[in-house]
Amino acid sequence: MTEMVYGAMPAERGEPILPKWWRTIDKWTMSCVLILCGIGLLLGFAASPPLAERNGLGPFHYVERQAAFGGMALVAMIITSMMSPTLVRRLAALGFVFAFAALALLPVFGTDFGKGAVRWFSLGFASVQPSEFLKPLFVVVTAWLISASQQIGGPPGRMWSFILCISIVLMLALQPDFGQAALVLFGWGVMYFVAGAPIMLLIGMAAAVVLAGSFAYANSEHFARRIDGFLTPDVDPRTQLGYATDAIREGGLLGVGVGEGQVKWSLPDAHTDFIIAVAAEEYGLILVLIIIALYTMIVVRSLIRLMRERDPFVRLAGAGLACMFGVQAMINMGVAVRLLPAKGMTLPFVSYGGSSLIAGGIAVGMLLAFTRTRPQGEIADILRGRVR
Amino acid sequence: MTRTPLRPLARILHARAHGQNPDVIERENIRLRHEEMQDRDRARAESRLLVLAMVFFCAFLVVSARMGILATSEPVEPVARAQGAQIAMQRADIVDRDGRLLATNFETHALYAQPPQMVDPEGAARRLAEIFPDLDADRLLRDFTGDRKFLWIKRRISPEQKQAVHDLGEPGLLFGPREMRLYPNGRLAAHVLGGAGFGKEGVTAAEVIGVAGVERQFDDWLRDPANGGRPLELALDLTVQAAAEEVLAGGMRLMNAKGATSILMDVRTGEVISVVSLPDFDPNDRPRPPTEGEPADSPLFNRAVQGVYELGSTFKIFTTAQAIDLGLVRPDTIIDTRGPLRWGRFAITDFRHYGNSMDVTKVITKSSNIGTARIAQMIGAERQRAFLDSLGMLDPTPFEITEAAGGQPLLPPNWSELSAMTISYGHGLSTTAMHLAAGYAAIANGGQYVSPTILKQSGPQLGPRVMSEEAAAASRAMLRATVTEGTASFGEVPGYAVGGKTGTADKPKARGGGYYDDKVIATFAAIFPSHDPKYVLVVTLDEPVDTSGAEPRRTAGWTAVPVAAELIARVAPLLGLRPQVEPRSTPDITLTSN
Repeated sequence: MTEMVYGAMPAERGEPILPKWWRTIDKWTMSCVLILCGIGLLLGFAASPPLAERNGLGPFHYVERQAAFGGMALVAMIITSMMSPTLVRRLAALGFVFAFAALALLPVFGTDFGKGAVRWFSLGFASVQPSEFLKPLFVVVTAWLISASQQIGGPPGRMWSFILCISIVLMLALQPDFGQAALVLFGWGVMYFVAGAPIMLLIGMAAAVVLAGSFAYANSEHFARRIDGFLTPDVDPRTQLGYATDAIREGGLLGVGVGEGQVKWSLPDAHTDFIIAVAAEEYGLILVLIIIALYTMIVVRSLIRLMRERDPFVRLAGAGLACMFGVQAMINMGVAVRLLPAKGMTLPFVSYGGSSLIAGGIAVGMLLAFTRTRPQGEIADILRGRVR
Repeated sequence: MTRTPLRPLARILHARAHGQNPDVIERENIRLRHEEMQDRDRARAESRLLVLAMVFFCAFLVVSARMGILATSEPVEPVARAQGAQIAMQRADIVDRDGRLLATNFETHALYAQPPQMVDPEGAARRLAEIFPDLDADRLLRDFTGDRKFLWIKRRISPEQKQAVHDLGEPGLLFGPREMRLYPNGRLAAHVLGGAGFGKEGVTAAEVIGVAGVERQFDDWLRDPANGGRPLELALDLTVQAAAEEVLAGGMRLMNAKGATSILMDVRTGEVISVVSLPDFDPNDRPRPPTEGEPADSPLFNRAVQGVYELGSTFKIFTTAQAIDLGLVRPDTIIDTRGPLRWGRFAITDFRHYGNSMDVTKVITKSSNIGTARIAQMIGAERQRAFLDSLGMLDPTPFEITEAAGGQPLLPPNWSELSAMTISYGHGLSTTAMHLAAGYAAIANGGQYVSPTILKQSGPQLGPRVMSEEAAAASRAMLRATVTEGTASFGEVPGYAVGGKTGTADKPKARGGGYYDDKVIATFAAIFPSHDPKYVLVVTLDEPVDTSGAEPRRTAGWTAVPVAAELIARVAPLLGLRPQVEPRSTPDITLTSN
């Protein structure tokens, strides 16, 4: 009666958003991301004063900016992680269109900040690097296309996503930004692998890479010198790599102490590409191992969680995001310890950089959204008597 | 595999028969297939995700292991290496045949600056200019205060200068060790040694590379660490070389020549004991190659192996030697020497008229062009060319310094009979003095070709036979006769039985078009001692003129021969040759008794 008189209480469809989010989110991954963000801020205090001094700004100018961007990134991450996979997919598809257009328009409206590569849009107070945003959005769109192709009567999504991938890689390579291009290609490759690339194709590709590599090594003196230079145990101490290696050695187990490091004064990229060297010098191996453990935790845990996922789209998108995130961190650190040939790449969440931070926040937010605990139809299986 | 039909026809027919909707069955079927496909995909994706997770885990583990290794390794003082290859230190020494040092290494320092580390750029610039007067203080200050991060100030500084700069106490001024090539004997054998310069240059080392001479020719060998620091042993004899340079320089001055060269060569081993080219230079401070003027006037020009000239009458002995070898003439065969000898529109004349006929020995001793040309007609162009080729006259000498490859003989475009006649007395074929020395060595050693070498040999290096023993012996007798009673009478050195042949050739004009009247190349090619020759000596003077007489005399007999004689008198004792005192024709002794 009461309801008839006073109108129905609006019925809650399902759980309230916040409790549901808190219940289903992967709290471990999220904690790792938050700790990384904090470490990034801490290292910003260490690494960016020299840069600020060079640019005639207050010593903690870049730390303040990093904090501001970090806050925005965390908000973006949390908001994104609250969305359902479907909403994520819709927004990402929309965003992808914009980011793709922005990337295509870079040669017309972009600036190079005197660094030789046109990668940024200058907005006055800040600059935006569209490729940073494009990467996670591309992963989601590709996952959507590939998973659609796995439905009966679906479109040839693999081919479409491959064409997208190649066009983006070409645009990035023309900037030139081979690092991002390689990352995009890698992300697509991982998703194709998870979506069931034929094993023979993978073996063939590996063989082709080995063949092409040895051919290039035998025939191109330039390539051979790069590889030899990378393989030689000695490193010219006046290169960035030399400084980084030296810094790691200086740091030892416990570091030389906060603010005592020297490498940040010599390295032009101390606050971005070689921030791990700053960390190693001032805080020692301990902090570096913690950072590596955090990245490992995020990537491996996400991948393990995705193993249980039944929705092919969520599985693919999550795998692509996690792997891209992990590989970026790994390349950054691998270069600093000379496991990989020199290639500039930021350390996600730790390196300084507005676009990189916010895009990273969105990417990890999407990853968190995809790795949330969801009913996987186990009850339905039992009811239908399907046993796996 | 068993194919499951897309539409389970039996069930559909059954459903139709019972009035049920067959679409339901079909949709159920599609759902089942879809589920099956998804399960398959999921199973595969599950394993692949696991693979990915493991790969990432291992990769991160490797990175942290590597971090750990790096962090726990001792920080080492940075050791600079040039990009890519390491700079090989310690170039091998060069020594003469007795092990005396010709070239070695010397540790100096290079001075460079790193302006960002400078405390007092202004003071540093001012006081550096005081230490090095050739530096400009203003310019240094500009460099130090500009945005340069690194600059070389001095490539080589002495220990005293280093100490003085060190005493400035400026942290932005730094020293890098520089191994430099030192030639302790200065100008001695400059053209053989050549010189060295810096190649790749780093802060802590610079590569020393040979730029000329044996330094360049044997650059790889000298830098090869596999040799274990063994020095490069040259055939040169330091004392002989010094004496030869001194005598030749004096002779060049006395004869007012603008250049001179001498080659002393062992006739059996081909070892070049001494080779001089004047003017010379100091390999410690090698001059830059000339950018204008005649390259032949530069001190860098090696006349002995690069100077290609018509060497004149010195060639006559090859003509007679071949004719004797072929059995065409004997030393006492009478040759018609009526002049002038006309051939087409050319006329061959002699310097002086010696009569209408003379024997072959006389042709050589008096140096008759007509007589030699007639003998060449007997031989013929074809055989003459083959003979000179066997003496190595048609190709650059195999002498082992880089410049020798530039001594390409100039041949007549077609070797006609007229060419053969002029070549027989040394015109129409231009060679270097080194070619001539090798040719005379073949006569001196009994008729076998020997190639000149700068490297010390362990024994005779006789090559293929080019003429018979008899022909060689007859030629030696004629050469000796030239000195005792012919054009080279000033060449007599008591006790050393010098034999030789003079040659005076007009210099061709630089732009072509004939010869100069008053510029000659005077050559004396000698063998000694002529009864058992050990050495060949070739002395060539460029544009000599002897002004001691009433009229200027330019012939080799008056210019090159006395210089060569003095040279032999000086070096023969150094070479260990004993003078053989010939029994003087004893005057009739009259026994008198009171």
